[in-house]
Amino acid sequence: MSDLTTHTGHTPQAEPVANYLSHARGLRSWLFTLDHKRIGVMYLVSVLASFLLGGILALLVRTELLTPQHTVMGADTYNIVFTLHGATMIFLFIIPGVPGSIGNFVLPMMLGAKDVAFPRLNLASYYMWLIGAVFTLIAIAMGGVDTGWTFYTPYSTTTNSAVIPVVVGVFIIGFSSIFTGINFIVSIHKLRAPGMGWFNMPLMLWALYATSIIQVLATPVLGITLLLLIAERVLQVGIFTPAYGGDPVLFQHFFWFYSHPAVYIMILPAFGIISEIIPVFSRKHIFGYKAIAYSSIAISVLSFLVWGHHMFVSGQSPLANAIFSALTFAVAIPSAVKVFNWTATMYKGSISLATPMVYALGFLFLFAIGGLTGLFLGTLSVNVHLTDTYFVVAHFHYVMFGGTVMAFLAAIHYWWPKMFGRMYNQLAGQIGALLIFVGFNATFFPQFVMGSQGLPRRYYNYPEEFEIFNVFSTLGAYLTAVGFLLVAGMLIHSLFRGRPAPANPWGAETLEWKTPSPPTPENFESPPTAGDPYDYSRLAYEPEIGGYVEVPARTGEVA
Amino acid sequence: MPTTLDMLAVRLLAQGGKSFWLPPRSSQQAAEVDWTFYYIYYVSLFFFLLIVTLMVVFVIRYRRRPGQEALPSRHHNLPLELLWTGVPIILVATMFWFGFSGFMDFAYAPQNAYEIRVIGQKWKWQFEYPNGYIDQDLHVPVDRAVSLTLESNDVIHSLFIPALRLKRDAVPGRYTTAWFKADTVGTYPILCAEYCGTAHSDMLARLVVHERGGFERWLEQASNLLATMSPVDAGERLYQLKGCMQCHSLDGTAGIGPTFKDLYGRTVALRSGEIVTADDNYIRQSILDPQGQITAGFEGVMPLVQFSDDEIRAMIAFIRSISAAGAEPAGEGAAGGEAPEPAGSAPGQPATEPGAGAQPAIGRAIGGSGAQLPGTTWIGSADATNLVTDAEGSATPDASRDRG
Repeated sequence: MSDLTTHTGHTPQAEPVANYLSHARGLRSWLFTLDHKRIGVMYLVSVLASFLLGGILALLVRTELLTPQHTVMGADTYNIVFTLHGATMIFLFIIPGVPGSIGNFVLPMMLGAKDVAFPRLNLASYYMWLIGAVFTLIAIAMGGVDTGWTFYTPYSTTTNSAVIPVVVGVFIIGFSSIFTGINFIVSIHKLRAPGMGWFNMPLMLWALYATSIIQVLATPVLGITLLLLIAERVLQVGIFTPAYGGDPVLFQHFFWFYSHPAVYIMILPAFGIISEIIPVFSRKHIFGYKAIAYSSIAISVLSFLVWGHHMFVSGQSPLANAIFSALTFAVAIPSAVKVFNWTATMYKGSISLATPMVYALGFLFLFAIGGLTGLFLGTLSVNVHLTDTYFVVAHFHYVMFGGTVMAFLAAIHYWWPKMFGRMYNQLAGQIGALLIFVGFNATFFPQFVMGSQGLPRRYYNYPEEFEIFNVFSTLGAYLTAVGFLLVAGMLIHSLFRGRPAPANPWGAETLEWKTPSPPTPENFESPPTAGDPYDYSRLAYEPEIGGYVEVPARTGEVA
Repeated sequence: MPTTLDMLAVRLLAQGGKSFWLPPRSSQQAAEVDWTFYYIYYVSLFFFLLIVTLMVVFVIRYRRRPGQEALPSRHHNLPLELLWTGVPIILVATMFWFGFSGFMDFAYAPQNAYEIRVIGQKWKWQFEYPNGYIDQDLHVPVDRAVSLTLESNDVIHSLFIPALRLKRDAVPGRYTTAWFKADTVGTYPILCAEYCGTAHSDMLARLVVHERGGFERWLEQASNLLATMSPVDAGERLYQLKGCMQCHSLDGTAGIGPTFKDLYGRTVALRSGEIVTADDNYIRQSILDPQGQITAGFEGVMPLVQFSDDEIRAMIAFIRSISAAGAEPAGEGAAGGEAPEPAGSAPGQPATEPGAGAQPAIGRAIGGSGAQLPGTTWIGSADATNLVTDAEGSATPDASRDRG
């Protein structure tokens, strides 16, 4: 313990030790690295590049919808653009996003370990992602795909567009997801630091653990389904296509058996991020630790049992509909519990509005809307009216963008000093967060109204009375893009001009902050000992270094 | 924004229903859906405001200030946590129940429901009435249960009628069902909600709810082509309705049977070796006794199809109109028809329909639409661009105008 105190007490400038970024140079040192931190950074750059591609496609979609009829592209092009937007954002960005980049970077350090359990598998996972992404680019070069990201049969088995390259790409990316999941599960079981029992783990690790369970168990079903889809197109096997004796609804069952749990692959890591950030910036112990931990596991188990709620109007039996509706409401409860716990954590805190916390508060606001609008869709009779309309589009963007992307941004701003050893401009960060928050709401809130008024999704032409909503939405999208440009510029600027970051700028107790910023290749000089990850009583702010240092425990301070 | 008064209005008013959130409606089932919608809405609004208010109050009240540290408080509180787990469980259980019972209202049609078949196809809807008549719009009587049996000829479509809060997928290879009872006369939009390709957003139709007695009148007029159309137009419609188009082309190519193009007035060599002229009597005889005079080079596979005398006259007029030898006044009458409604006039409809080339094998007689047969005057062609249709909109079908 005293060992650690002296260790983190040093100013970072005084350290002559090479960090993980500087200890080896050259392209090869990155391409063949087994260091989880470098793999995390490679993932970060790659998924952000995908996000840029998906974002440009989103702006094209929004631009086309500025007017009720033809604006800048034809109907077939529009269909390809929205399909690629969905496929890129889902499979290349948001599923691998947080686990691949943030998860890889922080998980071993949070455990107090040198690396993940299987570093080579970790690198393989990155290359699987890369190969899958290349297939997607090939599909774009071949003219794109127009099925929608859901690849519903028999449309996907009969269209002339490049379905097979995209499906092969998604199939390969599935392995990247499975490898990451296996790595995280084994790491969490076997590599925890001395003193870190299951209920001493940071909640981020619980969230990543729950995510990994889904990645390992659900992704194979997607792989099999996509292989069957290829077989159907190439060999005309007759599983999904009625013309060959197949059943198109079967595809939906298979697809959503993966893809519904997959939305929890997307959102659970975000829950973990928020569970770390809110206590740190409130200087308060997380409220209801066990409830949050258990609710992550509950969500990952229940997520496997609700896929049928995507098919309430497909002709599924009323009994099946009733069961899926009830289970869908069951999965709402653990999410609600988390939101209450996060809010309660701030009670009597000392709340800082540093950039990561601004994003975390934005997350709470937007995820509340995203979650509550899920209640409308879980309700059978209301679902019949709302399904396949813009209401659904708005709902999942509030969860995926308002939830996951806001949390991802929070995470990037939170761990940025650790990743790159630089602080960024707080004011620019806060303004960027505000722009994205306002722009996002302007983009997607009107879509709730369009949807409940009866405008179906994936419409190229739309009735004129929706024009005002669409114009508002598109302007919101442009504002969001401006926000992202500001954030990107501010972060890149910090890499060159930013103030060197102290080891623990925010005053967190999780173990990754006990390494220097940026960490050494081995993370820890000696194995750290874990305590309560949310007890901040031993940390004090040291203005001289602009960060927190450990001080002798002030006993009796916290109940 | 809706107020609590809106919620009362939703309960009390059986009609109307248009609000900031929801479109006009035309059934009691829809009113119950709206009630459930607003129930969830107000519960959600309460919890959203609760969370955001607490968040804002905490951020202001407990903002970081120099010299002031976080105050101690408990890390967990079992009664509080049970409360905020239990209350949501009860609330979502009620939502489930309202949603489930509302859904069951849609699930099984009453025994005496009026049955209409719905066929989805890239990119149009077809509604087949019990008498075999097929229309591009869904006409129904007010206050009568109507059951729909849906199917699809190609990919998955989804019949979406916002005014009824009703949506059901049309899935190829199986039948799906739905039912409703419209209680407000008017015209409402019908859309396709399941993505189906190029013209997905143009796959529109109308729901026309007729006043008492109006539906029967409409159906009789629409079905009775001869009374509502010129003989040439009626003949063209019969050509599709009766299935002639499956074997007899209009473009000169030989199908299972000889083409109708330029048939009238031509000399025809029969299988028996006889040579006849294709005049009125030849056509009449071929319809009434398909095996009697078989053209050389064709099999005698034509079934006997019921035609009335008037219908036969219409067929003759139609065949004359597309034959060089017979192009007499009849053809002009069609071109200058009384009801100059452009065929397939749904805005944005592509000029050439990619789907129209490949007619489905199961042989929907009316598979082709106006786009396939230019110049046809359709009864009730789709013009449902306005989603939020005026509930007082004309309930009178176009047929009455066509009647002229």
